[in-house]
Amino acid sequence: MPKSATAALSPDLNAQVSALHRILPPEAVLAGAEESRPYECDGLTAYRNPPGVVCLPDNAHQVQEILRLCAQMHVPVVARGAGTGLSGGALPLSHGVLLSLAKFTRILELDPDNRTARVECGVRNLAISEAAAPYGLYYAPDPSSQIVCTIGGNVAENSGGVHCLKYGLTVHNVLGLKLLTMNGELLELGGNTLDTPGYDLLALLNGSEGLLGVILEVTVKLLPKPERAQLVLAAFHDVAQAGMAVGAILGAGIIPAGLEMMDNLALRAAENYTRAGYPVDAAAILLCELDGANEEVSELIMRVRDLLLANGAYEAHTARDETERLRLWAGRKSAFPAVGRLAPDYYCMDGTIPRNRLPEVLTRIAGLSQHYRLRVANVFHAGDGNLHPLILYDANQPGELKQAEEFGAKILELCLEVGGTITGEHGVGVEKLNQMCVQFASAELAQFHEIKYAFDPKGLLNPGKAVPTLQRCAEFGAMHVHHGKLPFPGLERF
Amino acid sequence: MDADHSAALLASVQEALAQKIPLRIAGGNSKAFYGRQPAGKPLSMADHRGILRYEPGELVITARAGTPLSEIEAALDAHRQMLPFEPPHFGPGATLGGTIACGLSGPRRPYAGAARDFVLGVKIINGRGEVLKFGGEVMKNVAGFDAARLMTGALGTLGILLEISLKVAPKPHHEVTLTRSCSAQQALETMTALARQPLPLSAACFSNDTLYLRLSGSESGVRAAREKIGGDLFSDQTSFWRQVREHTHDFFKSGTLLWRLSLPPAAPLLSLPGLWFIDWGGAQRWLRNPLPADVIRATAVKLGGHAMLFRGGEHTGSVFHPLPPALLALHKRLKNVFDPQGIFNPGRLYAEL
Repeated sequence: MPKSATAALSPDLNAQVSALHRILPPEAVLAGAEESRPYECDGLTAYRNPPGVVCLPDNAHQVQEILRLCAQMHVPVVARGAGTGLSGGALPLSHGVLLSLAKFTRILELDPDNRTARVECGVRNLAISEAAAPYGLYYAPDPSSQIVCTIGGNVAENSGGVHCLKYGLTVHNVLGLKLLTMNGELLELGGNTLDTPGYDLLALLNGSEGLLGVILEVTVKLLPKPERAQLVLAAFHDVAQAGMAVGAILGAGIIPAGLEMMDNLALRAAENYTRAGYPVDAAAILLCELDGANEEVSELIMRVRDLLLANGAYEAHTARDETERLRLWAGRKSAFPAVGRLAPDYYCMDGTIPRNRLPEVLTRIAGLSQHYRLRVANVFHAGDGNLHPLILYDANQPGELKQAEEFGAKILELCLEVGGTITGEHGVGVEKLNQMCVQFASAELAQFHEIKYAFDPKGLLNPGKAVPTLQRCAEFGAMHVHHGKLPFPGLERF
Repeated sequence: MDADHSAALLASVQEALAQKIPLRIAGGNSKAFYGRQPAGKPLSMADHRGILRYEPGELVITARAGTPLSEIEAALDAHRQMLPFEPPHFGPGATLGGTIACGLSGPRRPYAGAARDFVLGVKIINGRGEVLKFGGEVMKNVAGFDAARLMTGALGTLGILLEISLKVAPKPHHEVTLTRSCSAQQALETMTALARQPLPLSAACFSNDTLYLRLSGSESGVRAAREKIGGDLFSDQTSFWRQVREHTHDFFKSGTLLWRLSLPPAAPLLSLPGLWFIDWGGAQRWLRNPLPADVIRATAVKLGGHAMLFRGGEHTGSVFHPLPPALLALHKRLKNVFDPQGIFNPGRLYAEL
């Protein structure tokens, strides 16, 4: 819940604000409850906290000065792109600076011969593909928020999307970064080459959730737009069978560009919302997209259709034309807001599991749903095992949010139990700190803290996110043991 | 043959820590030539071997670091799968651990991805003698910093790799190689133009006035691309690409220094004298040439790239491209948080690490 607005700034904050005014023009420093309210949360709206002060720099020098000032005054900094993150990674700190990078929107260089684009961190994901389109090129990772989310945020979260089965996550598509460390030092990693000397710092920065550096520029890999993309929609009477069909396609040596599953609750919601044309009686649908050369797509689409029908689909429908293909995707891409209309609130999970455990996991999620008396809709990047159960609840009903959070925690622990992970693409943020204690042992968490220390010895960049303190884990573990609930004490952790 | 030697390896690390004697980690010694000469007591990983989990339908394999690369590839081949980064062995003893520690990739790299792109998870021993797991065995995982990928190419300087999980891929149903005679300039222009089109390219190199293009995919897709590109069908493709990957091709046989230049793929031909072999569609260029290192490096830098001495010469000086001061300082801090006493392969990557 929002904290009550305070009219006067604390003396500390006043000093910060006047120092920031020496770096930035007046309109680029926002302080006080009214002005900073729009920044109080990111896409995870259950967590809100107005920032001490918001900075809106528009050039690298200003960012450098802000960081130097904050390092000197020992003020924590939270960087923010478009604020679409789903784990609270950009949740502000009351005593800190929220560094909005929204003004960094220039596409600096498009190099069709080397198939790269160098862009500022605030450039929208989709804007890169739009700029590359005249050259027949595009940027592959396509998170559902791609219309608004920024490339800097994509790097920070190592964002995925519906096409990462074939084309990889952000980390596979970033060739270079320009970033500032907390003490204002400029680092340049990679560029237009396929590798860089030394340690793979690009790997470390992707998915670092704003804890290691402030990203200013990103060089991304562009791909030639496939000649053709074709989509098959398959309907199943049974969710488990749909899961099996996924294994059959991949086992046949076919890597689709996208392979998505939705269960009945999710597909009905999407159908009501977008009129995509989904079969509303199906227990589950699979959307399987193939792309490539015209001839190749024609050949594979027939094989995929046959495989789907041989593996339990009662219907396999190929999109008649581009309009229908895009409409079928629109249903999937709007699944979250569509499900959002079924209840006042929803809580989105993001575990990844080995694909062959899908039937078992879905059955157990259904059991948990009954236990907590909360409905759950399942949207699933089936090809790469990334599950998005959406727990429906009503925050105005006393105790329901807590129930939803407990239910969510159980799902994540279930993902770990079957050999998966607590987050496939949304990040840990503030949301999954407790589950990090289950996934990692103390020595591993300590190693993460030390990696952060190597970049940010004062611990001022996005502190308290992504990696829990060992003390928090001790308390979380103790609490669970106390209630006799520590789920899997002898668990093999991955 | 398969055996878990992690306890013995951990004991060796603890002993090294107690006695303050650094370790020189080796798998099959097939890539001992690569990088700088490390100091320290040899630690063999070769007995710590065996495939732990491989489910073809999951597209993931997990094995102990000492597992021979050939054993991994044979297991995958039995299910018509492969390591998409086409790693070089550089000797019969190549192990999975050495492959990942060196982070080298073969001809398919520009089109399929590098070794690091396929690393899903690792189990390591760090320089405190702790056994740690990072990443996992699933395709998507953003829990914690990506320390697993960080190990790729770190040449064992951050920790001892115990187990590695890799994403694997189906083998292409069909593969052909096309050749055409042309100049280096024409080859570079052709590679650049083709890379901008949606074609099923899986390798492109130039040597001895011949451009070699490999196409992989479904039969119909490859046939259509072949008609579009033109050129002669090359019958001996399997052994050719193996020779390119393993450096057994004639170009790599002569005795002078072998430099590897990593460049933006469309970078123009370099004015440096010497023999050239262009691979990775222009992004990786091999140079046989006895020129001073700084001349070669400066030329690569001018074009937005970097250069390292791959084979030959004294591997005691600077082998890899030198890092700017701020990055080197960060490397030292990272080395220090993984290996505070500096016992793992000191000096193998850079003298300071």
